[in-house]
Amino acid sequence: MSLIKTTYGRRSFIKSIGLAGGGMMVGFSWLASCKEATTAEEVAMMPDEWFEINGFLKIGDNGMVTIMSPNPEIGQNVKTSMPMIVAEELDTDWKNVIVEQAPLNTELYTRQLAGGSQSIRAGWESLRMAGATARHMLKEAAAQAWQVPFAEITTAAGMIHHEASGKSAHFGEMASAAALIPVPEVVELKEKSEFSIIGTSRKNVDGVKIVTGQPLFGLDVHKEGMLIAMIVHPPAFGMSFKSMDASAVKSMAGIRDVFKMETYKADTPRSFSDIATFNELVVIVGETTWQVMQAKKAIQIEWEPSSDISYNVDFFGSTQATVYPAGLESSETHVLKMTDVGSKKGNVVRKDGNFEAAFKKAAKTIERSYSCPFLAHNTMEPMNFFANVTADKAELIGPIQTPEFMEKSVAARLGMTLDQVDIQMTRMGGGFGRRLYGHFLLEAAVISQQMKAPVKLVYTREDDMTFGNYRPAYYVNYKAGLDENNQLVAFQVRAGGIPESPLYANRFPAGAVENYQAEDWTLNSNVSVGAWRAPRSNFIAGAEQSFLDEVAELAGKDPIDFRLELFEKAKNNPVGENNDYEADRYAGVLKLVREKSNWNEQKPGVARGVAAYYCHNSYVAQVLDVVMKQGMPKIEKVYSAVDCGIVINPDAAINMIQGGVIDGIGHAMYSAMTFKEGVPQASNFDKYRLIRHNEAPSSQQVDFVKNDIDPTGLGEPPLPPVMGALANALYKATEKRYYHQPFISNKPFIG
Amino acid sequence: MATFNVTINGKSQTVDADPTTPLLWVLRDHLQLVGTKYGCGIAQCGACTVHLNGVAVRSCQLPISSIGANEVVTIEGLSEKGDHPVQQAWLEHDVYQCGYCQAGQIMSASALLRSNPNPTDEDIEATMSGNICRCGTYNRIKDAIKTAANSGASS
Repeated sequence: MSLIKTTYGRRSFIKSIGLAGGGMMVGFSWLASCKEATTAEEVAMMPDEWFEINGFLKIGDNGMVTIMSPNPEIGQNVKTSMPMIVAEELDTDWKNVIVEQAPLNTELYTRQLAGGSQSIRAGWESLRMAGATARHMLKEAAAQAWQVPFAEITTAAGMIHHEASGKSAHFGEMASAAALIPVPEVVELKEKSEFSIIGTSRKNVDGVKIVTGQPLFGLDVHKEGMLIAMIVHPPAFGMSFKSMDASAVKSMAGIRDVFKMETYKADTPRSFSDIATFNELVVIVGETTWQVMQAKKAIQIEWEPSSDISYNVDFFGSTQATVYPAGLESSETHVLKMTDVGSKKGNVVRKDGNFEAAFKKAAKTIERSYSCPFLAHNTMEPMNFFANVTADKAELIGPIQTPEFMEKSVAARLGMTLDQVDIQMTRMGGGFGRRLYGHFLLEAAVISQQMKAPVKLVYTREDDMTFGNYRPAYYVNYKAGLDENNQLVAFQVRAGGIPESPLYANRFPAGAVENYQAEDWTLNSNVSVGAWRAPRSNFIAGAEQSFLDEVAELAGKDPIDFRLELFEKAKNNPVGENNDYEADRYAGVLKLVREKSNWNEQKPGVARGVAAYYCHNSYVAQVLDVVMKQGMPKIEKVYSAVDCGIVINPDAAINMIQGGVIDGIGHAMYSAMTFKEGVPQASNFDKYRLIRHNEAPSSQQVDFVKNDIDPTGLGEPPLPPVMGALANALYKATEKRYYHQPFISNKPFIG
Repeated sequence: MATFNVTINGKSQTVDADPTTPLLWVLRDHLQLVGTKYGCGIAQCGACTVHLNGVAVRSCQLPISSIGANEVVTIEGLSEKGDHPVQQAWLEHDVYQCGYCQAGQIMSASALLRSNPNPTDEDIEATMSGNICRCGTYNRIKDAIKTAANSGASS
């Protein structure tokens, strides 16, 4: 038996359901609560009355269960998998479950944020507790009703049983009484071996709505009297607003107003979620999207070079300065600067043994450098938000990964209390980190306040792509030395970027090499950057795994064997401290992918590459098979072996891994955001190349390491290593190494 | 502004709009049929795909003045009960991640199967490469199209 102390108090439950005090029971009509039920079938299943057991779930008198999904849904499928965890511990039948997106409630839910692949990992305990607490209360209600000992009550698939007396009831029959039971201090969790929902594949709860085109996304929001707003931002990083002539535009059909706005006032407190370069914007408000788009094309605005811009942001409690130096930057200069600085000594972050002496003494040495460009997020649903700001309330609806943080920004900017700000989360047409930065939400709020009307702010694709918080540009230089026995005895990584370094000094091969040195450096820039799926790992993993492939080759060893030897060393005789990985689990995914891909079997005409990486608490190894077709590489198959602990929803997890693989291949192969005199050189998908259907791997296979470890991250870990596996397979296919992303871009591929 | 009579999902609709307004925005803003998505506005991503007389077209490029008597079908009208074989195959394979591009993917796939009931992998890749999925669900899209083909989606 595994017992867990319930950590949430009665107070937060009561607050969550809006009662002034006393009882926990809330009965409300199904009409008010079935906003998520849209099919006739679903409506027929609705109970007459719901009973809120705790803030995570309510049970209907007919046994139906509504489970709140606390976190923002960006396509990572938490709206299905988080409620699965609650349903498991509640012990209901999944077919009785209706899922609703929870409101923002920081007292009740922890970390309502989509980021860092942490939703499941961070929510695991509270979700289990919510389900187990409710199950305990249902059992208690049954024990009282039947006058039998609590310990003799069992549950199964939404039913409560007392074997000795033969009594049974479904959850709905005990729900009203259960809602009155005091919240227990300690509840029993299921043994992992008893799981019947967790670990089984369940369909996406929004599937039917997605395939029938029902409104789900922020851009789909429509309210009575709603106006459409668009912004015009400076055309280049390093430019700002000078003047405009809006007279002609104001008289265009459907246009209601044109004005200049400031998103943040100088004294508006900012968190990391408020990072945005362009603060002075021109706003056009009108009746329809097309009308506003026409006005946007017609408006005459003068821009001028801006001076240095700086502001502080709160990054989870510590103050960080964000500085945008004046100037108009170009990618050509960026590359020259990175290449120059990247070959010099940086800040030594970690030093084990004596790298320089060992490198000098080494029998064989190798030095290589790798780079990557800025990347736009390019969520398919562009940035947008609905806002209706009145004198005493700000209602905001739309796609945001950080509602908790933006609630504070809105309150501060509009001079309201947190209680006056209501942010509702819609399903998001992609996140990838872009919607961690909610300036567009605040823009919508300020525009609505100015217009005294409900507005939906819509970014065009061009706005979205050229007003980015991009993945930084990175550059890394590696050196390695082998002794006469082809043992890796010296390893140095010098990693930097604009404006941050991708270095993880304590990650592999730290801990596996006697003489190891890690250095970092940065160059500042006014191009605004942010987290992009698997920040920093999304470059450094591929670079490191490509370099190790060359080192293995220099050592005359199979690339998997070479890595496994290093993991043996790291496990049995680790070098240094704070090594940020478990050597056994790292080796485990490599062994699994070796087996599943039949690595040792040569397939004629097929070039294979391998890579492995650890980030966001999970381990992923990949083997990628390439064939050359008419001088172009075609990826035939990708094998992924993943250790992310317990897998909640296997088919959905496989989907996300397949997607991460394609995302990683696509960006390593084709994508780049470059700048000329501060101007983004791509503003739509004609110039910005994203991977397309015919460029995806023909097939994929995913295998999980089976264990009982509490679940870890999955949204990000599958992406970083595949860039290395790709580079290594391309080398085998073309006898050429790929050091600089994008490997292909728009240039003809030279095989 | 001008008045246009168009047939959307078998239903006659009257729309007052600037003649240059793309069908996409007529659907979304004027008729509140928001299943058809805006992704790029320049026919590069396929999110806005609808059927015009049964053929897949990018609604962001079709001015309302050009529709005339041609029949428009959107994701909302692909089937009455959401049970078109392509929709069913999408559900069976749980294709989507964020879901935003999927209406366009389904409209492209269903038009493909109508003209080519048994597409090869290359046929699928050639047609579906006009639809970007940023989440990378391409493998499942292909599998779902094959499932739909086997269940007779062309009928």
